[in-house]
Amino acid sequence: MTKSTDILHLRLYIAGNAPNSTRAQANLAAICRDIPAEQIELEVIDVLKEPLRALRDKVFVTPVLHKYLPQPERYIVGDLHDTQQVFDALGLDSQVGEKR
Amino acid sequence: MSNEANAQQNAGISKVPTGIPGVDEITGGGIPSHRTTLVMGGPGSGKTIFALQTLVNGACQYGEPAIFVAFEENSRNIIKNAHTFGWNLAELEEKQLFFLDARMPAEAILAGNYDLTGLLASLRAKAEEMGAKRIVFDSIDVLLSLLGDQRAERQELYRIHDWLAESDLTGIITTRIEASADPVFTEHFSFMQFMADCVILLGHHLLDQVSLRSCRVLKYRGTGFAENEFPLVITPTGIEVASAEVSDNVVRYPIFSDRVSSGIERLDTMLTGGYLRGTSMLITGSPGTSKTTLGGAFLQQACERGERALFISFDESAEEVVRNLASVNILLQPYMDAGVLRIIPYRSEARSAEEHLSRLKRLIAEFKPGCMVVDPLSALLKSGGSIAGPAVAQRLMNVTKEQGVTLLCTSLLAGNDPESEASPLEVSTIADTWIHLSYMVQGGERNRALTIVKSRGTGHSNQVRELLLSNEGLTLTDVYTAGGNVLMGTLRAEKVAEEALERERMNLDIERRQRELLDINAQAQARIDDLQREVTSRYEEIARMNREQEMHMQDWSTRQSDIRLQRSADEDSTIGQYEGPVLPAATEVAADEE
Repeated sequence: MTKSTDILHLRLYIAGNAPNSTRAQANLAAICRDIPAEQIELEVIDVLKEPLRALRDKVFVTPVLHKYLPQPERYIVGDLHDTQQVFDALGLDSQVGEKR
Repeated sequence: MSNEANAQQNAGISKVPTGIPGVDEITGGGIPSHRTTLVMGGPGSGKTIFALQTLVNGACQYGEPAIFVAFEENSRNIIKNAHTFGWNLAELEEKQLFFLDARMPAEAILAGNYDLTGLLASLRAKAEEMGAKRIVFDSIDVLLSLLGDQRAERQELYRIHDWLAESDLTGIITTRIEASADPVFTEHFSFMQFMADCVILLGHHLLDQVSLRSCRVLKYRGTGFAENEFPLVITPTGIEVASAEVSDNVVRYPIFSDRVSSGIERLDTMLTGGYLRGTSMLITGSPGTSKTTLGGAFLQQACERGERALFISFDESAEEVVRNLASVNILLQPYMDAGVLRIIPYRSEARSAEEHLSRLKRLIAEFKPGCMVVDPLSALLKSGGSIAGPAVAQRLMNVTKEQGVTLLCTSLLAGNDPESEASPLEVSTIADTWIHLSYMVQGGERNRALTIVKSRGTGHSNQVRELLLSNEGLTLTDVYTAGGNVLMGTLRAEKVAEEALERERMNLDIERRQRELLDINAQAQARIDDLQREVTSRYEEIARMNREQEMHMQDWSTRQSDIRLQRSADEDSTIGQYEGPVLPAATEVAADEE
C-alpha cells in the first residue's frame, strides 16, 4: 500500500536554535506525529552550519519546509504554527492524519 | 576635492565613495563604511540604480567585491536593466559581484513566523568566501511587508542592522515609501532612519507636468553634509546628482584673452574684436529678431577657423536649421558633412531640464566643441519648471566655462512686451555678454535693432545698430540718429539718399561758384596782362626815346664840333651845353618791374 511515491520527502531549513526555528521543529514533529515513520523522509538542514547550501537551494528566510516529493513541490515558510496551511500544503487531510 | 573634504570633515567617520557623480560631493566623501545607509524613495525614484551603481563602482573602481540581495526584481532583470547603463554585470558576476535573487517564491505558503537568521548566516558565509566589502538589500520593504506585523518588522530590521554592524560590510538598504507620505514623520520609517547612520531620500515628482528627480541627504551621523535637495538625473551611464554648487564653492575657470569672431564683422568691431573665448553670450529678443541667425553666423565662423562647433536646437530639426540659415548665406551643410559641426535637435518637453543638462554635459565631454550654441535656452524653462530652469541654465554656463567652450545662448522673451530687456531665465546676470535684439516699428516697417547691453571684460559700443539680413549674409548698419530721431529701414535709406542728394547738390554748387571765381580771375589776369603789355610798351617807348635823344645829342655834338671847327672857336664857349630833360635809363626801369 505504501509506494515510494507516496513517501513525503521533506527538508526543513532552520537557523540553529533561533526561536522560530525551534518552534518549527516542534510544530513539524506534532504534525507528523500520526504519520508512520516509513512514510516520511525528513532532512533537517541547519543553515548556520551549512550556509552556502541554503544559498544553493535558494532558501533565504528561516524556517522553511520544502516538500519536494510527491509533486507538486511546496515551500512552506514560517514556524508552521498554522497547521491547517501545513496539512493543505503537504497534501494531508488533517482528519486522516489524526486517525492514523 | 572629495578626499580633502573627507579628511577635513570627518576625522571620526570613514567613508567609502559611491562613485556616483555628485553624491560623494554632497555627502562629503561617500557613504559610511562598515555602516548602514538607508536609501528611501517612491516607486521609480532610482533606488535600485543608486544601490547597484554604488556596487558596480565599488567593484570596478575601488576593488571592493559586493553582494546584491534582491527582494524585489529578480537578479536577471537587474542585470538586463543594468546593461543599458553600460555595466557589464555578467562579467562582474564572475568574481566581484554576487547576485542573490531572494524573492519569496510566489508559490511559497506562509504558515507562521519566520526571520532572516538563515539568510544572514548564508550571506555572511558568502561574503567571507568572496571577500565582499559592500552589500545591498533591495528593497527591504517587500520583505518586511510579508512579516505582517510591525513588531516583527522592527525585530528583523534590528537583526539586519546588528548583522551589518558585526560584519565588516558597508550596507545599503533601499526601501520604498509612498510618494504621498512625508518620510520624515511616518512612524515606521522614522524607526528605519534611526537605525541607519546615513539616510538618503530620492524624490520623484511632477512640476508643471515635468518629471523632476531629486536627491537629499536626510541625516548623516557624525559628519557634515549638504542638506539641500539636489536635482538627480538618470542618464545612460547611471545616476548623476547635480551638485556643482557644492563641489565648486570656489569658482575657478580657465581664463582666455583671445577673441572669437561673432561671424559679423561690424559686431566684432562693436565688441572691440569679438567675443572673449570661454565666455557665455546671451542673445535675447522677441520671435523673428534673428537670434538663431546670429548663432549660425557665430558657428560658421568657428568652423571656418577650424574649431569644432555644436548647435543644440530645441524643437527645430537639423535640416530646418540648415535650410533657414542657408537663406541668409550661412552655409552649414559642408561643415556638418566634414564632421566639425553637429546640430543636435532636442524636443524640449521630452525631458526635464536636468536631463537636458546632463545630456549636454555628455555631448560636450564627448564632442569637445570650441564653440556652442543653445537655441533657445528658454526651452529649458519650458521643460524645467520655473525653479529648475534658471538653475540648469546657470550650471550649463558653468560647465562650458570649465571646459573653455564659448557658449552662445538665445533666449526668447516671454510676455507681451517685446521691448522689455528682462531676461526670463535670469541668466542675464551670469552671461558675460548680453546682446539684445529688438524691433523698431516706424513708418510701417519693422526693423531689427541690435544693442549690446553688457559685455564683461571687453569694451563695447553703446550704439544701436540696425541688423540687416540679406541673401548675402548679415550686416550691421549705423542707424540714422540725426535730429533726435532714430531712423531705420526704408526711412533710414530715404534719409540717407536724401542726404546724398543734398551733398551732391552742394558739391555742384561749390564747383560752379569756384568755376565762376576762376573765370573772374582769368579775366582779371587778362586785364593784368594787357596793362603789363601797355606798361612794357611804354617802357619800350621811353627806351626808344632815350636812344633817339642820345642819337640826337651825338648828332648835335658832332654838328657843334663841326661848327666850332669851321668857326675855330675856343674851348670855353657855352654854346655846346645840352639843356633838355634828363630821362632815366630804360634798363633801370626794367629792373624795378621785376
